[in-house]
Amino acid sequence: MSLQINDLQVIRGHTRTIDGLDLAPLPAGSVTALIGPNGAGKSTLIHAIAGLLPARGQLSLHGQPLATLSPVARSRLVGLLPQTLPQAAGLTVYELLLGGLLTGGLSRAEAEARIEHYLASLQLTPLAMRPLATLSGGQRQMVALAQLLARQPALLLLDEPNSALDLHWQLALVEAIRNDARERGSIALLALHDLNLALRCCERLIVLDGGQCVADGPPLSVLSPALLAQVYGIHGRVEACSQGRPIFVLDQLVRA
Amino acid sequence: MKAETAQIAAAASSTGAGVGELARLYRRQNHWRWLCLLGLGAALLLSLAADLATGSARYPLATVLAGLFDPSGLDASLRVVIFDVRLPYALMALVVGGALGLGGAQLQTVLNNPLASPFTLGVAAAATLGASLVIVFEHHLPLVLPHEILLPVGAFVLALGSTGLILLLSRAHGGGSDTLVLFGIALLFALEALVWLLQFLADANALEQIVFWSMGNLGRATLTHVLIVAVALLLGLISAMRRAWALTLLCSGPLQAASLGVQVDKLSWRVLLEVSLLTAVALAFVGTIGFVGLVGPHIARLLVGEQHRYFLPASVLCGALMLSLASLASKALVPGLVIPIGIVTALVGVPVLIALILRRRA
Repeated sequence: MSLQINDLQVIRGHTRTIDGLDLAPLPAGSVTALIGPNGAGKSTLIHAIAGLLPARGQLSLHGQPLATLSPVARSRLVGLLPQTLPQAAGLTVYELLLGGLLTGGLSRAEAEARIEHYLASLQLTPLAMRPLATLSGGQRQMVALAQLLARQPALLLLDEPNSALDLHWQLALVEAIRNDARERGSIALLALHDLNLALRCCERLIVLDGGQCVADGPPLSVLSPALLAQVYGIHGRVEACSQGRPIFVLDQLVRA
Repeated sequence: MKAETAQIAAAASSTGAGVGELARLYRRQNHWRWLCLLGLGAALLLSLAADLATGSARYPLATVLAGLFDPSGLDASLRVVIFDVRLPYALMALVVGGALGLGGAQLQTVLNNPLASPFTLGVAAAATLGASLVIVFEHHLPLVLPHEILLPVGAFVLALGSTGLILLLSRAHGGGSDTLVLFGIALLFALEALVWLLQFLADANALEQIVFWSMGNLGRATLTHVLIVAVALLLGLISAMRRAWALTLLCSGPLQAASLGVQVDKLSWRVLLEVSLLTAVALAFVGTIGFVGLVGPHIARLLVGEQHRYFLPASVLCGALMLSLASLASKALVPGLVIPIGIVTALVGVPVLIALILRRRA
C-alpha cells in the first residue's frame, strides 16, 4: 500500500519541467516533505499527481494507476490543498465543505457528520456559518485543510499549506496531518519551504532541484551543509536544541 | 441576507456545537433563502399585474390581479386588453429578464468576474448586427421569409456565430477566462463598428428600424415568442441546476474546484455555449436589453448568497422582476408614450450597479 512514482515526465506549457523522476514508494501512514528552491518543481509534481497537469510514466496509488481514473474518482483518492487560498467568496465555510463532500459522492448525513467532526477537531466550529469573504487568509487556509481532511482521501497533497498560518496554526496543521496519517493510514506529501516545520512533522525529506530528485531520506541525513549550499546557496546546519529536538539554523548566503 | 448570516454565524460561534447543531443552523439559513425566493415570486406576480394594469388605459391593480387567477371575472373588453394585448409583452419581460439573469449569474461565476454578463462576450452586439444586416439587406436576400421571422433569425445566427468565434479563438490561444473576456470586449468593439457602418449605409427607413431594434422593444412579442423563450429558459435552468454544486465550488477558485474533481474547463465551455444560446434566443425577439444580466445576479447574491442551488433561481427571479418593473416604468414614466425598454434598463441599471458596487466596497 503506497504511492509509486517511476519515470515521471511532466510538461508545463512547452517546457518539460520534470523529466524521468523516480522516487522510492511513499508508504501508507507516512508523512513526507518535498523541499527545494523556488522553481524546483515541487508544485508541478504535486499538481501532476493530483491530475491537474498532464503526466507520463508510472503514477499509481495502492497499485491503481491514477491515469485510469476519472477526475471525480481521482479526487476521491487524491486530495489536494492548493497553494492559493480559497477565494473570498460569499459562500459560508459550511457550504464549501458540504459542496466538496456531496460532489465526492457522500450522503448528506455522512457529509454533515464529517463536517462537524473535522471543524471541531481543528477548532473551526465558530467559523462554520461565516462567509469565506469575512475570514482572514490563515482562517481560509485552515478551512481548506478541514475540507481536505473531511474528504478522507488516501493521499493528501499539500502545497505550502502553512503559507498564511501563524505559529499556533502551523503546529495545529502538523498535528492534524500526522494524526490523519496515523489513524487512517493516509499518505501525506507536503511541499514546504520551512525546514524546521519539515524537521518537526516529516519522517522523510525529498529534495527537488530543477525537476530532479537530488536527495531522499530521513531529514537528519538529507539536510547536510553540502546539500544546503548546493541546492539553496546557503550555509546552514541542523543541530539539536536544548530539548534534544533537531532544529535548522541558517547562517549566511554562500558567497561566490 | 447579511443580517441573517450574521445572526446564524453568531449562533455558530456561541454554540458548543452539539451533534447536528451546524446542520440545523445551515437548514435555518436555507429556510431564509426559501423565504427570499418566495418573496421574489410574490413581487414578480405583483409586478406582472401592475405591468398589465398600466398602459394607455389604466386599470385597478386589484381587478387585474384577481383577473389573473379568474379570467372569467373580468368583463370581455378588459379581458381582451389584458390577455390578448398586454399579456404577451408582460410575459416576454419576465422570460427575457429571467434568461438574462440566469446567463449573467453563470457567466459571473465561470469567468470569475463580477462585471460579466451576456453582453461581456459581445453576444448582444452580434445580435444587433444580425438584425441590422436583415434590415438593410432584406430585399436583396433570396429567402422568402416574413420580416418578423427573418429579423430574429438574423440576430440569433450572428449571436451564435460570435460565441463560436470567441470560443475558437480562446481555445486556439489556450487562454483562461481573462483571455475570453478580452476577446469578447475586442469583438464587441468590432461588431459595434460594423453596426455603425450599416447605419451609415442604410436609408432613412432602415436606419430608424436599426436604432429602434438596438434600443430594445417588447412590443413585437407574441405568445409564440414567449413560449419559445420560456422553453429555452426552462431547459437552461434545469441544466444549470444540475451543475449547481460544481458552480458553487468554483466560487472558491478554479484550482480549489479542480482539486475536488470539478472539470473546470469543460464546465466553463458548456456554460458559455448554453448562455450564448439562451441569450441569443431571448434577445432575438426583443432587441438589445442591457444591465439586467449584470445587475440581476448581484441583487440575487445579496439576497441569498452564492450557494448556486438558491443563487441561480434567485437570479432568474431578480432578472425577471427587473425587466418587468422596467416594462412598467417604460409605460408609466411618460404618459401616452412607451419608452424603449433598453433605455429604461440602462437608466435604472447604472445607478443600481453603482449602488451595489459602493455597498460591496463598504
